[in-house]
Amino acid sequence: MELDALYQEVILDHYKHPQHKGLVPTYDAQVHHVNPSCGDETTLNISLDNGSIKSISWDGVGCSISQASVSIMSDLMIGKSVKDAEVILNSFVDLMQSKGLKSGDPQILEDGVSMAGVSKFPARIKCALLGWMAYKDAVLSASSK
Amino acid sequence: MSQLDVAAIRKDFPIFTRTIRDGKKLVYLDSGATSQKPQSVIDAEVDFYSRSNAAAHRGAHQLAEEATEAVEAAREIVANFLGGESDEIVFTKSATESLNLLAYSYTSLITAEDRIVVTEMEHHANLIPWQQLAQRTGATLSWFEVTPEGRLDLSNIDNVITENTKIVSITHQSNVLGTINPLDAIVARAHEVGAVVILDACQSVPHMPINVTELNIDYLAFSGHKAIGPTGVGVLWGRSELLEMLPPFLFGGSMIETVTMTDATWAPAPRKFEAGVPNMAQIVGLGAALNYLSKIGMNNIHLHEIELGSYLLAQLSAIEGLQVVGPVDMQNRGGTISFTFGDIHPHDLGQYLDAQGIAVRTGHHCAWPLTRKLGVAATTRASLYFYNDKDDVDALVSGIIGAKKYFGRE
Ligand SMILES: Cc1ncc(COP(=O)(O)O)c(C=O)c1O
Repeated sequence: MELDALYQEVILDHYKHPQHKGLVPTYDAQVHHVNPSCGDETTLNISLDNGSIKSISWDGVGCSISQASVSIMSDLMIGKSVKDAEVILNSFVDLMQSKGLKSGDPQILEDGVSMAGVSKFPARIKCALLGWMAYKDAVLSASSK
Repeated sequence: MSQLDVAAIRKDFPIFTRTIRDGKKLVYLDSGATSQKPQSVIDAEVDFYSRSNAAAHRGAHQLAEEATEAVEAAREIVANFLGGESDEIVFTKSATESLNLLAYSYTSLITAEDRIVVTEMEHHANLIPWQQLAQRTGATLSWFEVTPEGRLDLSNIDNVITENTKIVSITHQSNVLGTINPLDAIVARAHEVGAVVILDACQSVPHMPINVTELNIDYLAFSGHKAIGPTGVGVLWGRSELLEMLPPFLFGGSMIETVTMTDATWAPAPRKFEAGVPNMAQIVGLGAALNYLSKIGMNNIHLHEIELGSYLLAQLSAIEGLQVVGPVDMQNRGGTISFTFGDIHPHDLGQYLDAQGIAVRTGHHCAWPLTRKLGVAATTRASLYFYNDKDDVDALVSGIIGAKKYFGRE
């Protein structure tokens, strides 16, 4: 069923056991992103160290797709260089825009490939991208400090 | 069940012959967002384009005459439907435009001392135009609060509608909660202080008998597409002496009396508010839609929705973990029912239901301050109409129970 392609076990796992959820009090940048069409919200804190991502923490409300996606993203990005993280981000955005035609590179995206099914549901792509766009915004603002 | 022969009615709506997501029957429970269209409405638009298309109110040829007649006949239908006069009916593109028209046209009539009153349960379309009017003029925006049960709190009505209040703009039926707001006390208080009452009737005109004279209101707005009519056509009804006094909002062709290089004067209402060639085919389609509704009978529609709504409410209350957001009895409420369901997010529930062919709305329903006030980030909303039946409700209920199994899996 199409639905099972959307709701992979990995996604429901991240939804039930979100990683790096709960804002840490010290950060280089904090951003708040909302999805105006459904009201989902994410606040994201980021700290950089010498061109690398030292920490990401977040809090928010939203559907399983948006919550799992930000959890997967945090897991992926922490410890990476900002440069490598950009490759991951671009690869994820590309996967989301693939209309179900791509399956994603597990070497780059790891758990993120479980989101491939989302790209077949136009209304849900924004859910999946919410945390990633928050990351993009946060890393930019932390880097420019 | 009710008087309505739903099976026969559904035959008039071609969309019910298609299937959803791999052959599932369409269970359409999103009429609050937009309604489906009967063949007669589709035909009316097609006929207009096929036979009578020309610019209404312009030109001296036969087609222009016929187009004008078709538009004016639709105006008459709308007027009769609402219990108003033909020259009190302004065609717009939507309720959103009708409400913006009012908010803009009142700009020069509102000062910094004045108050504008809305409610916490407004659709953004009946909130933001008034926020903006308040910001343009320095006037104060105030509002009736919503109780935890999803009713308007009118206990402080004299403090909300004060001597300085000039405009009271409220929704007749909440598009989120289904609450039908009591108007008598609000209208009486508003008129006592000399304020006008504007009714956002988007969710009431399609669902119950409405008579503007009996309601004793001053303006009313609704959208054709929620009343089985076409998209792209809305209505503003206003009392004739008010439309007479009100300055126009959009300027251009067809709304003038005389024009020189430096100035212009306005045609009488409603033409003053209808600049440009109107959405003729849609206006004609709206006439056909209201004729269809009248044939079914607005009271029959209302009773059917109350009956089906109470069945749905009873079924929903029996589901463990499901919380109705809004009134839990059918007293002064319509067949629009919002709810939350345990820790399954509405977006996920909606997606699961969609896979079963069931169309519901999820999110804040363009009433973000309301969902925030009620402490829910989002809800799932089922909105009933006269083409829904018990089977639709049963499908929704088993879909909700199925979702619990689906997302509860470890
Ligand atoms: C109560 C209410 N007011 C206003 C509107 C705006 O209607 P439209 O988008 O057709 O202009 C809607 C529709 O969503 C509504 O439900």
